[in-house]
Parts: sequence; structure tokens; C-alpha cells
Amino acid sequence: MVRVVLPGPLRSYNGGEATLVVEGAPPATVGDLLDALRRRHASVYACICTERHQVRPHVNIFVGSEDIRWAGGLEAPIPAGSEVVILPSVSGG
Amino acid sequence: MPRPASGLRASPGDTVLLVGTTKGAFFFRSDAERRHWEMDGPHFPGEEVYGLALDQRGGGTRVWAAPGNPFWGTALLSSDDLGRTWSAKEDRRVAFPEGSELSLNRIWQIRPGRADDPQRIFLGVEPSCLFVSDDGGDTFAPVEGLLRHPHREKWTPGAGGMCLHTVLPDPTSPDRVLVAMSTGGVYRTDDGGSTWRARNEGVRAEFLADKHPEFGQCVHKVAHHPSCPERLYLQNHWGLYRSDYWGDRWYDIANGVPSDFGFAMAVHPHDPDTVYIVPLESDGFRCTPGASLRVYRTRDGGGSWHPLTSGLPQEGAFETVLRDGMCTDEWARAGVYFGTRSGKVYASADDGDHWALVRDGLPPVVCVRAGVVG
Repeated sequence: MVRVVLPGPLRSYNGGEATLVVEGAPPATVGDLLDALRRRHASVYACICTERHQVRPHVNIFVGSEDIRWAGGLEAPIPAGSEVVILPSVSGG
Repeated sequence: MPRPASGLRASPGDTVLLVGTTKGAFFFRSDAERRHWEMDGPHFPGEEVYGLALDQRGGGTRVWAAPGNPFWGTALLSSDDLGRTWSAKEDRRVAFPEGSELSLNRIWQIRPGRADDPQRIFLGVEPSCLFVSDDGGDTFAPVEGLLRHPHREKWTPGAGGMCLHTVLPDPTSPDRVLVAMSTGGVYRTDDGGSTWRARNEGVRAEFLADKHPEFGQCVHKVAHHPSCPERLYLQNHWGLYRSDYWGDRWYDIANGVPSDFGFAMAVHPHDPDTVYIVPLESDGFRCTPGASLRVYRTRDGGGSWHPLTSGLPQEGAFETVLRDGMCTDEWARAGVYFGTRSGKVYASADDGDHWALVRDGLPPVVCVRAGVVG
């Protein structure tokens, strides 16, 4: 399993809970985690990724405290016991 | 965060005004006189709401809304109690299919279908495509003839994005629908959506080397009256036009307007010869000419246009009304409404003869819809 920490606007998609537990074998990479979300938590996945399976441009994903943009993108590894944090970027008006 | 919206408390015969902004939706209620307005909102605070519709086919009063934001995408929601409760946001009903290489950016237009087909709803979206539901909005699918249209690769986005913003189903034929997009222009199907032909003859494209291409025009809005659906009015990115048969040919009707640039356009609910627009100075300066807020009205199908100014500021009004920022209601003495990018909403309860400010201080207005509760 892996724990995914959701921002406020996405908690309604998870019964109001901030932490989403993705059960099963721990995903090796962020891409694997997103595949698991797509299969088991489609409404959360649809907020994070487009129909083209690309992370939305104003969504940030961290493994621990590391932004995946500088850690391999979707290939970023998820070490055992890590938390994955989803946050909106500071863009917008 | 603002106090949560609680929904309008409206009774049959009340007038409802729905206002979409870049930071949420605001709903207003008045009686038949339309002098005093109560506000409820914001709904979806912080989210843009370009698409709103009041759907009273089938007996009830349903509000459709398409809130979205750049972070988490766009959803289509409905309310059967004027915004007190909404359908689940988790239920994403609108998505491009696998393999299309497209993803939904925004829902620009929510258009209930024909009155005798209450299960049909159209959506105009960005990137330009038409979605249709035949189960009352539970599920939507893209119209393949437009999704796979050979012109698609040459459609390019205007300043607002590559949007399909106008959907006009023919009330006399289920097989005919006309759409307009920016840029791309006008397209029409006569076979239920299988094939779509560009219908832009006579509409100029000032921003292209070829000023009269088959397609590629930057059409800002098309409107018609259900009793005379074949006669269309078109506000272009430079150009004001009329067609007498479903866009087969367009004729210039910019007779007496200070500028033929603009976005918004609405037809009187009971007179297909009466149309309202809000001209803007130019594409380089998208504000009301002379800083004077004037609605222009034709009562002869575009033969002449006359300014409506009573109750509207005539000095220091650098205003912009966007493509879905104007509408009418169904009262015999028609209500006409518009909202501005500076967050003002104006209403007229007498066909546009006199105007009054409904509300100031809203976020930029991008969509206005009105109706009478049945």
C-alpha cells in the first residue's frame, strides 16, 4: 500500500478524508501509482490527470518532499514507506 | 471562504437570472416586474463558470452548470432546486475518448435540445467539439462527425481558447444542428451529425491573408429565434451578418453601428426581427466605443440599429460584454440582461428601452442566462 495526501478540494472525492490509502502491492513509481488510482479511484485520478493521461499542468506531485518534476517525472521512484502528496500550484488569479 | 450559497427560493412566475463569472456563479430572483433582485451565491467559489443553462423541459426546473478551474479540470453538474443542492462532482460525465489525443479544457455552452426531446442536451466545449446526451445528461459522447472533421487540424484558438461556443438545434428537424467556433467559423449538419459542412460564405476573416476562406473565421456568436430558426444573426470578429437560410450565405447588416466588432448577441423572445448587441471599439481595444455603455437594437432584422442608453452610463464606461454575457427572458415585455467584465449586471424589463443595474462588484461576468420559473 501507499498513502496519498490529498489537498482540500480533492477530499470530497475521498469521503472527506485527507489521506487516500492505495491498497495492494506498493507501486514502484509515480506512474504506477497513477495507474492504480485510475483503476481504483477514478474520480481522484480525473482531477490529477487529463484524458490523455498527462498530469494536469497546474498540479504538483511530491514523493516525500521531492517534486517529481526534478525526480524523474512519472518514473520517479516511490521508496517504501513514502507518502505521496498532491498539491495545486501557485498559479491562478 | 464566502458563506455557502443556499439556493434561490423561487415560485412559479418568478424570474430567475443566472450569472457565471470567472470566480463562481451568482443566481438572482425577482418577480414579474423585475425591479428588485435577491442574490444567492457564489456557487462554486473560486471556479470559473462559463456554461450555465436553465432547462424546464419535462416539467421541472433544472439548472445546469459547468464549474472548472485550471487545477482539477471541469465538471458538469445539475441542480433541481435552483442551487440548494448539486449533483455529485465526482461523476465526470464529459471526457474525450481514448485515442482522440484531446482533453477537455472547458465547457463553454450547455444547450438543452428540442422541446419535444427532453432527454437531449448538447455541450459545446474546448477544444472545439460538440458533445451530446440522449439520456437527460447522465452520459455524454462526442459527435463523431465533428470530432473527426478533416478541418480540425487547421482550427486554431482565439484569445479565449479554441472553443465551440454556439449550438443551435433546429426546432423543426432533429437532423439539423448549427454550431459556431472560434476560430473555425460556422458548421452545419443536416444528417444528425454524421457530416458537417462549413457555412461561412460572406463572413470575412480580417486576420487571414485570404479574407474569405471556406473556414477559419473567428465567429463570436450566432443567434436565432425558434419561430424563425432558419434566419440567423452573426457577430463576428469584425463583422455583423444575417443569413436567411441556415448560414448558406451571409449578408452584412452593420448598418448604423459604431463598430462591427463585438461578442454578445441576443434575439428578442417574441420577435425574430429584434436583436440586441453591444459593439466594442476594436480588437485592439475591446471596450465600449467612446467609454459609453450602449446596447444596440435592431427591430427590422438588421436593416438599422439604434442605441439604447436610458439607465446606462454614458461617460467613463470602459466596459466589455463577452460572447455569452447577454440574454433575454420569456416575458411578453421582454427582459434583456447583460454582464460585463468589470462585474456589473444590467437588466431591462421593457425590451431594452430602460436599464437598471442589478449588481455591481461581481467577478468578471462570462455567462448570463434568464428564464421564468414554470
